[in-house]
Amino acid sequence: MTTTAARLAEARNPPSAGDARGVAAPSVGFWLPAWSLASRELVRFFRQRTRVVGALGQPFIFWVLFGAGLGGTFRAPAWAPPGMSYQEYFLPGVAVLIVLFTAIFSTISIIEDRREGFLQAVLVAPLPRASLVMGKVMGGTALAVIQAALFLLLGPLLWLVGLSPHMSLSVSAVDVLGILAFLVLQGFALTALGYVMAWPLDSTQGYHALMSVLLMPMWLLSGAFFPVPESGWLAWVMRVNPLTYGVVGLQRILFAHAEQAAGTGSASAQAGLPSIATCLAVTALFCVVAFAAAVWLTGRRSVRNAR
Amino acid sequence: MGPAPAIEVRGLSHSYGERRALDGVEFSVEAGTIFGLLGPNGGGKTTLFRLLSTLLPIQAGQARVLGLDLARESNEVRKHIGVTFQSPSIDPKLTVGENLKYQGQIYGLFGAALRQRIDLLAEKLGLKERLGERAETLSGGLKRRVEIAKGLLHRPQLLLLDEPSTGLDPGARHDLWRYLRGLREEDGVTVLVTTHLMEEAERCDTLGILDHGRLIALDTPLALRTKLGDDYVTVQCDDPDELSQRIHERFGVTPQKIGGALRIGKSRGHEFVRDLVEAFPVEVKTVSLGKPTLEDVFIERTGHRFWDEEPQ
Repeated sequence: MTTTAARLAEARNPPSAGDARGVAAPSVGFWLPAWSLASRELVRFFRQRTRVVGALGQPFIFWVLFGAGLGGTFRAPAWAPPGMSYQEYFLPGVAVLIVLFTAIFSTISIIEDRREGFLQAVLVAPLPRASLVMGKVMGGTALAVIQAALFLLLGPLLWLVGLSPHMSLSVSAVDVLGILAFLVLQGFALTALGYVMAWPLDSTQGYHALMSVLLMPMWLLSGAFFPVPESGWLAWVMRVNPLTYGVVGLQRILFAHAEQAAGTGSASAQAGLPSIATCLAVTALFCVVAFAAAVWLTGRRSVRNAR
Repeated sequence: MGPAPAIEVRGLSHSYGERRALDGVEFSVEAGTIFGLLGPNGGGKTTLFRLLSTLLPIQAGQARVLGLDLARESNEVRKHIGVTFQSPSIDPKLTVGENLKYQGQIYGLFGAALRQRIDLLAEKLGLKERLGERAETLSGGLKRRVEIAKGLLHRPQLLLLDEPSTGLDPGARHDLWRYLRGLREEDGVTVLVTTHLMEEAERCDTLGILDHGRLIALDTPLALRTKLGDDYVTVQCDDPDELSQRIHERFGVTPQKIGGALRIGKSRGHEFVRDLVEAFPVEVKTVSLGKPTLEDVFIERTGHRFWDEEPQ
């Protein structure tokens, strides 16, 4: 006992009375705590097997069932290559749904962290508040991108077992980068948005309510589920929805090859769809605004942080 | 002039909406001592704890922690204090080692320095064999030790503990206090604990007693008790109200009624016991004589029992 005690005493700087002024405390930095909190998210996710199964299984089921059920009534938009099936149209939409669900699940854990007490230990630590938000958002984004990319890779292969139509998707290396960029930006924006919604709540039930009146409609009205109409109030709602730009961006990249082959490439511009550059810019702006709001919320010291 | 105090609080008040939880609290904690905050639940200890640990904003008054202003320099304060909450803050899904690793990283520790620190504390706190185990599988006592290890990773000069022995059996509580004293003696760490247990309060170097948000006593436990000076005579009887009245008439003292018993502070208590039993041989069922306890201090200062508002 004495030897360990002596070693502990040795390993520690003798504190100078009760004064911390003049004691050089190293800066905690921004990325180390953020990285640490993000890797905690990943470790927790992969340790909960049902979460992994649910997260991967559900989108495939949605895709196949909606694809089969709604295929008959689907009218392909003007810009689409002729003969595009609903399931094909729905492919990027499901990828975005995966991103949305992952963002929801990662941010719902804020409420659990608060309830379980983990969060208050983080709040009394000297890490910058932006670093806390970044950790959570990076963790959520990483999980979202991994799952959505896996879906985009494996989904079309269901054709081999007859659960999806044959799709003539052909993407170049640049397209893959573009797809990843959109997935990353959307994952970032939606996780930050989920963070803003989860932060003030103390029950997961409250979050479920917000999810059904805000997040799900946001996805439904993004062009993920049905194409943006050319006019009418719905068209306006969908244009105001920042998520639309992420979805359209993905659709443009995924179907560009088919569009060109079919000679309908210019039709998308006529249909009033935003350009890739606009899609990228709006999605990036969405990220910045949601992240800033999350940092601002976290920086306020309030009664709610203590339990 | 001695060393600067580790904590210095002046006129500190805090309200939750209309409810005033802290009311003009003033005290200072000498560096390298164990300071206890004793009080019933709802007395204001937890509010004070949250203010000192930077969770709540300072509304009124001043507080300096390790020479730093708590209102303006809270991020600097956070680097030098270790905080152990009453509610667990460990992540049950992670292993003990992972919990400690992530905790160290959000304090800016990494690599070999962090590993050494984890190994050292794990050995010191008897967690070495547990580093690979999921936190959710640990017993209450072991979890508490992980919490304390978390609070100490970054070598804080001040350790704040909120009700540290909640959920600990007597053996584990004993170990905890031995460890806290070791921290103070070997490393000069200042320790502040909140507690509602008299037995725990006795172990502190200095004790502040909080009731209804006010600091009603501040001294060493021994001094607090000896200030009362008297012996305390406790009388069990069938009808405390009637006996109280008769004792008052006969001896000119006003007993305090505590549950079904009467308590009388009196110098030369042994003589009073004799007189009392001679005067009321039938009414007095049992009588005991003792030195004042911290509970007596509390009753003396507040005029009500420690557990009045929250019966056990």
